[in-house]
Formats: sequence, C-alpha cells, structure tokens
Amino acid sequence: MELIYATVVGVMVTCSVFLMLRGHTFAIVMGLTLMSYAVNLFLFASGGLALHKPAILGETENPTDPLPQALVLTAIVIGFAMTAFALILAIRARADLGNDQVDGRSAPTDSLATKDKEQREKPRATEKASGGKSR
Amino acid sequence: MLHCHITVSGDSPDMNLIWVPLLPLLGTLIPLLLGRYPRSMLALGTAFLPAVALGIVIHLIPQVMAGDYPVVSFEWIPLLSLNISFFLDGLGLMFCLLILGIGLLVILYARYYLAEGDNAGRFYASLVLFMTAMLGVVLSANLIQLWFFWELTSISSFLLITFWSHKTEARKGARMALTITGAGGLALLAGLIMIGELVGSYDLQRVLASGRLIVENEYYPVILALVLAGAFTKSAQFPFHSWLPQAMAAPTPVSSYLHSATMVKAGIFLMARFYPVLSQTELWFAVVSLVGLTTLLVGAYTALFKHDLKGLLAYSTISHLGLITLLLGLDTQLAAIAAMFHVINHAVFKASLFMAAGIIDHESGSRDMRKLNGLFRYMPYTATLAMVAASSMAGVPLLNGFLSKEMLFAESLNQHTLGSLSWLTPLLVTVGGALAVAYSLRFVHDVFFNGDPIDLPKTPHEPPRYMRVPVEVLVVLCLLVGILPDLIVGDLLVAVGASLMPEGVPEFSISIWHGFNIPLLMSFLAVLGGVALYSQRRHMFAFQAQFAEVDAKYAFEQSVQRLVRGATRLQEFIDNGSFQRYTFWLILAVGVVLGVPLLELASAQGSIARSDVDLVSIGGALLLIVGSVATVMVSHKRLLALVTVSVVGLVVSMAFAWFSAPDLALTQLSVEVATIILFLLALYFLPQRITLNHLSPARIVRDLGLATVVGALVGTLTYAMLTRPVNSISEFFTINAKTGGGGTNVVNVILVDFRGFDTFGEITVLAIAAIGIFKLLAGIRMFAPSADMDGRAWSRDRHPVMLMQISQSLLPLALLVSAYIFLRGHNLPGGGFIAGLVTAVALIQQYIANGVVWMRERGDLNFQWFIVSGLLLAFLSGAGSWIFERPFLTSWFDYFYLPLVGKFELASAMAFDLGVYLTVIGATLSILANLGKLTTAERPTPGGQS
Repeated sequence: MELIYATVVGVMVTCSVFLMLRGHTFAIVMGLTLMSYAVNLFLFASGGLALHKPAILGETENPTDPLPQALVLTAIVIGFAMTAFALILAIRARADLGNDQVDGRSAPTDSLATKDKEQREKPRATEKASGGKSR
Repeated sequence: MLHCHITVSGDSPDMNLIWVPLLPLLGTLIPLLLGRYPRSMLALGTAFLPAVALGIVIHLIPQVMAGDYPVVSFEWIPLLSLNISFFLDGLGLMFCLLILGIGLLVILYARYYLAEGDNAGRFYASLVLFMTAMLGVVLSANLIQLWFFWELTSISSFLLITFWSHKTEARKGARMALTITGAGGLALLAGLIMIGELVGSYDLQRVLASGRLIVENEYYPVILALVLAGAFTKSAQFPFHSWLPQAMAAPTPVSSYLHSATMVKAGIFLMARFYPVLSQTELWFAVVSLVGLTTLLVGAYTALFKHDLKGLLAYSTISHLGLITLLLGLDTQLAAIAAMFHVINHAVFKASLFMAAGIIDHESGSRDMRKLNGLFRYMPYTATLAMVAASSMAGVPLLNGFLSKEMLFAESLNQHTLGSLSWLTPLLVTVGGALAVAYSLRFVHDVFFNGDPIDLPKTPHEPPRYMRVPVEVLVVLCLLVGILPDLIVGDLLVAVGASLMPEGVPEFSISIWHGFNIPLLMSFLAVLGGVALYSQRRHMFAFQAQFAEVDAKYAFEQSVQRLVRGATRLQEFIDNGSFQRYTFWLILAVGVVLGVPLLELASAQGSIARSDVDLVSIGGALLLIVGSVATVMVSHKRLLALVTVSVVGLVVSMAFAWFSAPDLALTQLSVEVATIILFLLALYFLPQRITLNHLSPARIVRDLGLATVVGALVGTLTYAMLTRPVNSISEFFTINAKTGGGGTNVVNVILVDFRGFDTFGEITVLAIAAIGIFKLLAGIRMFAPSADMDGRAWSRDRHPVMLMQISQSLLPLALLVSAYIFLRGHNLPGGGFIAGLVTAVALIQQYIANGVVWMRERGDLNFQWFIVSGLLLAFLSGAGSWIFERPFLTSWFDYFYLPLVGKFELASAMAFDLGVYLTVIGATLSILANLGKLTTAERPTPGGQS
C-alpha cells in the first residue's frame, strides 16, 4: 500500500512540475492544481494510512492522527483561493498584455487575443457597442 | 508591548538615569517645533533638555565615584535577551560629560555659525539626535542595544554631514562615511553576537564580569577582529581613516562635535568598554598598538601638508586617535589611564580648534592656508585663543595636551609590546610628537602671522561676542587641566580606571613636574624637531609634491560604482524577466534541498512493515496516475484537460474518504465543484486550446527530466515517511478533544479550538485572496467572445428551464444540508469550512441557472459583507475570552437541556465556526460570482462598477 501511495504522489508531482514549467498561464494553473492535490496527499500521509479509523471519538477504538487532517483541510480551502487567484491573474494578464504567455513576450497568436488588441486600440464608443453585442 | 519593571539585579536601580538619554531624544522634537522662531530662542530651546540631562549626570557623579553604578532596565523581549537597559559607570560618566558638555557649547556656537538661509531647526534636530545616539552608546548595558545606538550615530552623522546637501562633496563625503562606519558596524554586530552567545548573556555587566572567558575561547581572534573592525572604522584608524577628512564637508560645528570630540571617540570607547574582557593578550597588544602607531604617524605626516585648515585638523585628529589607540595597546598599567586622559584633552583642545577654524572661515571667507596670513592683526583675541589650543595640541607645558603626551612618552619607554624591537616605539612616538609640533606651528604661524592675507573674499574681523564663548570655555579648560590636573580630572580618571581595570586601579598621580627625566627629554626633542621640520617646510613641500595626490573620495566612488555595475550585471543575469526560467531554477533548488538529505538516508524502507494492498486502492491509484498523465498529454486541449484534472480531484477526495478522513473528503468534494466552475469560467476568456508547434524537443526533455527527478524525490520521501514511525503530538488532541473542547470530531475541534488561531489566520488569507481577486477584476478590459474558438456561437438558451427548475427546488435542500453539516460539525464530520462551501456552491448554482439579474432581483448578496462579518465574528468570539481574562480564543462550552430538543451543547467555538462559515461563503461567492459577472452584461466597466 505504502509503495503504491508513494508512487502515485511521485507521478502526480512529476506531472504537475512539467505543467508548471510550460509557458502558457493555463497550463501553469493546471500544474498548480495538480501540485496542491499531490501536496495534500503527501501531508495527509504524514499521519499514516489507516482504514476505517476516522478521528471521531467513540466510533473507533484507535482513531487515526487528526492533526494532518486539520492541516490539510485548511490547505484545501486555501489551495482553492490560491488557484483562483492565479487563474484570475492569468485572465488579467491576458487582458492587459494581449497574450497568455507567462513571459508576456511572444506575439499574440490566437484570434481572441487579436480581437482583444483591436478592441484596446478602438476608442471607447465602440467598446460600448461590442458590450451591447454580447448581451 | 514593553513590559516595564525595574530589575533589581546589578548595582542600584535609579530611574533618574533613564532621563539622560530620554531627554535629548525628546529634545530632537523641540528644534523642529521652534524652527520658525528667532535663532536665539531656537538655540535656547534646543539646549534646554540636554542641559537638564547634564544636570542629572552631574547629580549622579558622587554615586558613580563611590562605585555604586546607577542601573535602569526594562524588559522587552527577555527570551531573546533584548532588554532596554542603561548603566552609568566611570567610563560612561566621562563620555557623558564630554557629549553633553561639548554638545551644549556646540549648540551655542552653531547659533552664530549657521547662515540666515540654513534650516537651523533641521540642523539642531539632527545634532540632538546624534547626541542621543552617543549617550545611548556610552550608557547601554545591553550589547544589542549598544549596537543599535552605535548605528544611530552613523545615521545621524550622515544627516549632519549632508546638511548642505546641495554640495556634491557633502553628499559623497557622507556616503563614504556611512559606508565605512556602517560596514564596521555590521562587523561589530557579528562580534557582539558572538560575545553574547559565548558569555550566555547580552547583559553588558555580566559580559564585563566574565573575566578571561572570552580571551581563552578558541574564537577569540575572530571576536577580536570583528569588534576591532567596528572600533577602527569608527575611530578612523589606518587603513580606514580616509572617510574622516571627507566628512569635513560638514558644517564646522559638526566637525567640532562629531569628528573631533565625540563620534570618532566611539571606537575608542568601544575598545575601552571591552578592555577588561578582550585585552591583556599578545594579539590585542600587537594589533592595537601597531594600528595606533601607524595611524599616529600617517595622520601627523599628512596633516603637515594640508592647505585646508579643516583638512589639517582632520588629519591631526586621525593622528591623535592613533595616539589614543596606541596607548590602549601598550602593555603597561598606566597606558590605558593615559589613553582616557588624552580622550578628554584631545576633545577639549580639538573642539576649540575646530571652532576657531570655523570662526576664521566664517569671518574671512576662506580656509586655505595659502591665502590666510597675518590674521593676528584682524582678530587678535580669537588668534590668542587658537594659539593656546594649538599649543596644547603640540604638547607645550602648562597645557593639558602636554600632560597626556608626557604620559605617552613615559609609557612607551616601559612597554614590551614589540619584543626586542620595543625600542622603536619611543623613537617613533617622538617623531610623531615632532610632526605634531610642526603642524601646530604651521597652523599658528601660517594663519595668524607670515605676512598679509592674499585675496580673501571678506575683510577678516572678530566674530560676534558669544560665538567666542565656547572657545573661551574650552581654552580655559585646557589651562585648568594643564595646571591643576589632579584637582580637575584626577578623581574622574580613577573612576574611569575602575571601569577599565575592575580588579584594581594602580596608584597614579598626574603632575606637571616629574623632574628631569627621559620623557621630558623626548618632549624637548619633539619640540626641537618640530621647529626644525617647520623651518625646512619648503623642502618638504617640494619633496611631497613629487607624489601624485590620491583623492580618497574618487577612489571610493570608483570602487562603489564598480560594485554597482557588477551587481547590476549579476542582477540582469539572474532577473532576466523570464518566469519560466525562475520556475525552473526554483524547482531545481527544491530538488537539491530535497535530494541532499535523501542521499544521506541509508534506506527508503523504514522500520514499519508494508501493509496489505487491496483492489480498491489499486483501482484508485491507477485512476490517479492515468488522470495526471492524461492531463499533461492533453493540456493543450484545455476542456479535455479540465475533465481529466477533475477526475484526479474526485479520486483524491475518495482517497481521503478511504483512508479515514471524512472531513477532508467532504471538503475536497465541495472545493472540486467550485474549482471546476472557476476553470470553466476562465476558459471563457482564455483560448480553449493552443497549438504546440513552437515547443522545442530539447526544452521538453529538460523539463521532463527535472519533473521526473523531483517526482521521484517526493515519491521516495513519501515512502520513507510512510514506513517510519511518527512521534506525533496528536495524542494530546485526541485525549483532550472531548474534555477540553467539548466535541468528538477531533479534526473540527483542532480547527476551531486548539489551533483556532491558525484557522483565524487561514480565513484571513482566504478573505485577502477574495478581495485581491475583486481588485484584479475591477476595471478589467476584456473582450467577451460570442463564440468559441471554432466559431460555434454560445447557446442562445442562456438559462435552460430544466436547470432553473431543478436548481431552484434544490436550493432549500442544499441550504438545509449545509446547516446540518454545520451543526453536527463539532461531533461528526462537517463544520464551518464544509458547510460554507456547500452553501456557496448551492448559491453559485443559482447564478449559473438563473443569471445575475435574476439573483439581484431577489436581493443582491454583498459578498464583502459576508467576508467582513465572518472575520469579525471569528475575531469577537476569540476576543470574548479577554473579558474573562483568558488568552485570545480560549473556548468555553456547556450542555443545556431544552424540551423537545433534548440535551444539546453550546460552545463559543461554534460562534467561531460560524465566522469561518460566513467567510468561506463570502470568499467563494466573491471569487466565482465576480468572475461570472464578467461573462454577462453585468460586467464592471472601466469607469466604475456596475
């Protein structure tokens, strides 16, 4: 069991690191998400792997270690906040820079970015029109 | 936070002492407030508090002389031995008198010296701040506190040197002074920390009582080098002396106060302060005396060739500081006493000489000795005063300078510091004495006699009456100490000696006449040699002119700029703006940090045997591996990648459930829903897929290699951790959950009770993230596409009826479930985090199904209000324990009985959990709904929010 668990964590970390090294913001946020899964599993494992021994008093003779669970619980929620922040940073970066490259360097290649760019260069009046269109 | 009480340890607690540094500290405000009033009033106001402080010091003199040192101490962070404590011993007393006495004279002098346009308020404020810092240095009874004031002297002197900040030499000089003394200060900090750790206390009095402990330690040479580096840079010892002449760009009152009387003596003070515990070793004698001797000669020789009045005085100061250092480094009993005696004498005559130089500059418009000639006719009174002070500097009998110089000559004959070469020292100090006579002669003869003034900007005249008063006071002191030394300073020197030699001060008496002896002969030779040198000055100047003069300022600036260029290049190399590169190096660093300890681990397999494998686990593991790998493979097809990553998330939550963590499983499951909604919304704005044609194979191999290595390391670490027994503190929580926290769900009790403070921090982070996202989305200018990348238009049916109906009917149920989860959380899986997420997801579902407009018609939810009230509730439920005089977040619980409901429990932790609940709802909704609004007509416009 321990070997399988460790292998799974290792594979997840490998995948997440690879994704985090990509140049597109979306891949990096994906990598971050995978990484937080892996890290949560890792932290959780520090309490040992126990079957059918939840840390509820009175339900079992020998409850499992509750402390890593408490730590991981908040880590999950904060991980969500962090993922959200990174994702919205990515959206904001794309809105301001015109592409979704982390280095903000390469020319916009996708059609959306081109439209964004056009819109940025248009005067304010047309923007209202495009807002109306999307309605 | 200052825990205030007077400790009774040490000598005698005396609250009066705290006022000595505190009054000048308060006094820094007065000149700033009085800045617009007439100068005389400003000067008087500035002088008032330091004068009171001087009165307190004088009042304490009898007590210090009796050896009963006043002590005052406040505990601050006792764990780190950071206390605020002061004590006044003989050494401190002598310096306090110098700092406050000369400081008051300088305040008076500066009132006449500063020009109309100068900002006198700022000047006085910096000057009094410096005074505070200096008093702090000499009174500190704590090593770190001493260092703090030490650095404060550097900073305040920087402010004073740059007082005329429009002058480039003032800025450069100040920078140089700050850099050199600041670097020395860092070395000193290291040295003091080593001393503190070695002695086991940062309390200065305990350090001083440690005897031979430090010198016998193997690290003694390092400690000595670090402390001396601080002392030598501050006291301008060779080869760190070059900053002092550059600091002469300061106004003359500053030069007179800082650069002759006080700050440059701080290094001397430091050596004297640690004299009992650091000296009396071969190393000390060799280093200190050689550095002192070199400085004495280099300074005296250079002073001779300076044409600038202040330049001459600056190098003469360096030379005299070298003399004092040399005395501290001689291995005879009286040398240290002589050193302290010369500290007083030098401060008195050099401060008055600087003031005289300032008067000459002020009234004639020049400091160039090639132009200044024959001033005796124009200002006979000032000239007489300056001549007396200069004679003292040269060591003429009946003046104080003569006495300490005689003591130096006498001690140089008795020392054995240089072994068989010890005969060199008396010879070289006599040469130094001759040079001092020569430059003093030059100062007097060149300026006041030697023909007529050449091209002076102003016609010289006597200064205002009161500008001379400080000079007069100091010159009278020169004479008094010179004629009646034992009466004036005898007792003070005994008290100072008690600080330097706690085991007993040798008998000594200072008198003018010791009979015809060798020191007298040396004095005679020095005077003769000085006169001879000066009479041959033309030849010497011609000789010196052959050498190119090195401007220390430019050399320093050059090295600084080289350093800056190098640093910039290094920074541009590291910080090249590529995020991908930073990530790569960061992960590589993690790999190294992780790998090195694993290399040292004998085997990954620990002592615990592996447990059995079951089919469910294998299935889950396979799903996780396939899901993760698939996410990487299809990451360019983003919608598909989202599906695979959500598979991973679901299996992770199932794994939590499988391994006895129901709370985690519930949390992960509800977070999963929120995350996927979030990603879907993001994909509305980001390209739904990208082409991979620009990826280079080398890059992929590199990244894959690094990823594999880090993955393997983490996997190994996990395995090693799983097969080793843990020594956990968790048992405490399991035992006390019911009795101490009143709940059977230990995880929840830990969250809301035992580690409530952590949870409070975590929901704060959540709130900050939500508000940060709100800010990021405000005013965003984004094109809202009406079709996906392949040109397929979004569905016209924005709010399908089926979805609307189902979600609306589900809402009460979902809220009920979340209320149930919340209430049972203390005893069964659930709690504020999970309930908050469930509620948030239920509400988000309404947004998705019915739209923002529909939701607003039914009461606009103010997410910020949720967040703030949640945080406030959590805080108040914690702060409530203050009313009962318990620490923050102490929980309370009890059981009650209600008819129909039965026995139930109320706990303050539940209020806290409610705060968590509200914050989680607010944050989650704020994140998702604000992003969601962007896809609709409700999006905020750049001008303001809709």
